Amino acid sequence: MLNLLNILFFSTIRSATPLIFPALGGTFSEKSGVVNIGLDGMMTVGAFAAVLISYKTESPWLGFIGAMIAGGLFGLLLAFLSIYFKANQVVVGTAINILAASLTTFLLVEIWGKPGQTGNVRYFEPWGPFNMFTYLSLILVAISYFVLYKTAFGLRIRSVGEHPRAADTLGVNVYLIRYICVTLSGILAGIGGASLSIGSISLFKEGMVAGRGFIALAAMIFGKWHPIGAALACLFFGLADAIQTISMSFGWKVPKEFLFALPYIMTMLAVSGIIGKSIAPAASGTPYDKGES
Amino acid sequence: MSKRFLCLLLALVMVLALFAGCTKPETPDPEDEGEISTEPEVPAYSFGMVTDVGGIGDKSFNDSAWAGIEKAGSELGVEPKLLQSTKQDDYPPNLGNMAQSVDLTLAVGFLFEDAMNTTADQYPDKYFGLIDEVVDKPNVMSVTFKEHEGSFLVGVIAGLTTKSNVIGFVGGMDFPVINRFEAGFIAGVKSANPKAKVIVNYTGAFDDPDKGKEVALTQFQQKADVIFHASGACGIGVIMAADEKDFWAIGVDMDQAAESTKNKVLCSMIKRVDVATYTVIQSYVNNDFKGGAANALELGLKEDGVGVGDGGNNVSAELSAIADKYKEAINDGTIVVPSTREELEEFEPVEIE
Repeated sequence: MLNLLNILFFSTIRSATPLIFPALGGTFSEKSGVVNIGLDGMMTVGAFAAVLISYKTESPWLGFIGAMIAGGLFGLLLAFLSIYFKANQVVVGTAINILAASLTTFLLVEIWGKPGQTGNVRYFEPWGPFNMFTYLSLILVAISYFVLYKTAFGLRIRSVGEHPRAADTLGVNVYLIRYICVTLSGILAGIGGASLSIGSISLFKEGMVAGRGFIALAAMIFGKWHPIGAALACLFFGLADAIQTISMSFGWKVPKEFLFALPYIMTMLAVSGIIGKSIAPAASGTPYDKGES
Repeated sequence: MSKRFLCLLLALVMVLALFAGCTKPETPDPEDEGEISTEPEVPAYSFGMVTDVGGIGDKSFNDSAWAGIEKAGSELGVEPKLLQSTKQDDYPPNLGNMAQSVDLTLAVGFLFEDAMNTTADQYPDKYFGLIDEVVDKPNVMSVTFKEHEGSFLVGVIAGLTTKSNVIGFVGGMDFPVINRFEAGFIAGVKSANPKAKVIVNYTGAFDDPDKGKEVALTQFQQKADVIFHASGACGIGVIMAADEKDFWAIGVDMDQAAESTKNKVLCSMIKRVDVATYTVIQSYVNNDFKGGAANALELGLKEDGVGVGDGGNNVSAELSAIADKYKEAINDGTIVVPSTREELEEFEPVEIE
């Protein structure tokens, strides 16, 4: 029994790690008033850039930085389109997901000369029971909480997401804050992608993100747009995944189809508000126009 | 005004980016020029392959199938075409597109069954080859394998190698083909080592290496020290976990010894998918293409369709001698290897010394 709990614990943490980064990113973005549907695509480019840079330089650390830059650039693209052009944030986010998938597929063939997946590159070998990303995710949860709730900058972010006009009247630069937060969400999602491609395994494969960006988005909603809540929700989804893995290897007689669907069923239950109502930042999803009265 | 222009430009770039994904098919053969000629005096052969979701680069099933096609292609001076499927919805359109551009379309993977049934009817004058599943159409040649026989042998090796008496099996999707690996493997383990226990897991996918690694790590925590995978690209993660945690992995389809950086691939259950695709192309070229379920080929140990590969030299001479004895027993019918879970329950372990 103790052994079972032990296995469950480690498996939960490992499955949750790649979700925590994009969930934090989504929190920052939505707190500032921009919906980020593109998290999945930003993870994909992050995962790809990490492998590419690690392949070229043989340094996973540079790959990690490359993932942050690539994710950040895609975040900046979302910010530019949704803030400067006031485009529909959901549409732009979806376009970013498609762009990321096709761009990485294209570059994969260009650089490695064959489709499907890359060769093995240098990666972060585990430190103790987990790899570097797990520890980093916990630190980032604490930092995110501190920034959002204990600093003046965090207060500005939240005010911009709740009532941008009021914030603007008080001299807060709404656009700048949104640019920073959306770019930051891209950087965090990029790290999430890197945690898959050079943290867990050591190569990039088409479709390897496998919808984790969307699960992270659900975790953020489930966690009520709060960094700690979002991280706990990620652990919850990680637990669902771990139960699925472990129940099979213990030969429990539960239909496999149900087990495979379990994480998604839990996601739907979470999002449909069964655990209390979650309220989004009031201005989330609406572009801010300074000139409009 | 300029803002609107920029906006349009960006939208255009994004739309164009959609087509970036469409560059996958290999460049068409200049000799063919897309023309499908069936005139006997000009033997212009054309063939292509549609992958399943595991895709080229899985270092396993799809790569092996492609190797057979490339071999045939280089012998005939034809450049084969390739279409990758990234999701199951891609199967019908990919099959249709391939059938429109070449004479013989090879589809690899049992997930193609439904798509093949409809596409073969839509293009009755074209030839199709299907690996791992049988479809009863006159223009479809089906090839399946007796994976359970090869898996039995690696099961014997695993059973005699384990020290903890716990052995893992990681399957991809829970389908009859993969169940053949599972049943044969467990039968082999039980025959060689009745005390050993086999933990069975399915990843539910063939294309998620992270998931494969996660499953292997949980099996390792349950004391498994030999893990056999039959899970396509998920297996990359299994072998990776073996490298990290220092246990044995058993590869599948191709000799996967090279996938391990620390030589932790004990052996591989080789499935000669390359032979299957090559055979189908040969029969199409030699005009003895045999379609229909009655003519379906089934390749086992006897036909060298499956076997054990030891690229890492990790199986001792003593062990492989025992495995060879089991192989003889299977070939002469002394051992009938179970191919389903039901047959496995009725299977009586046979110990050969």
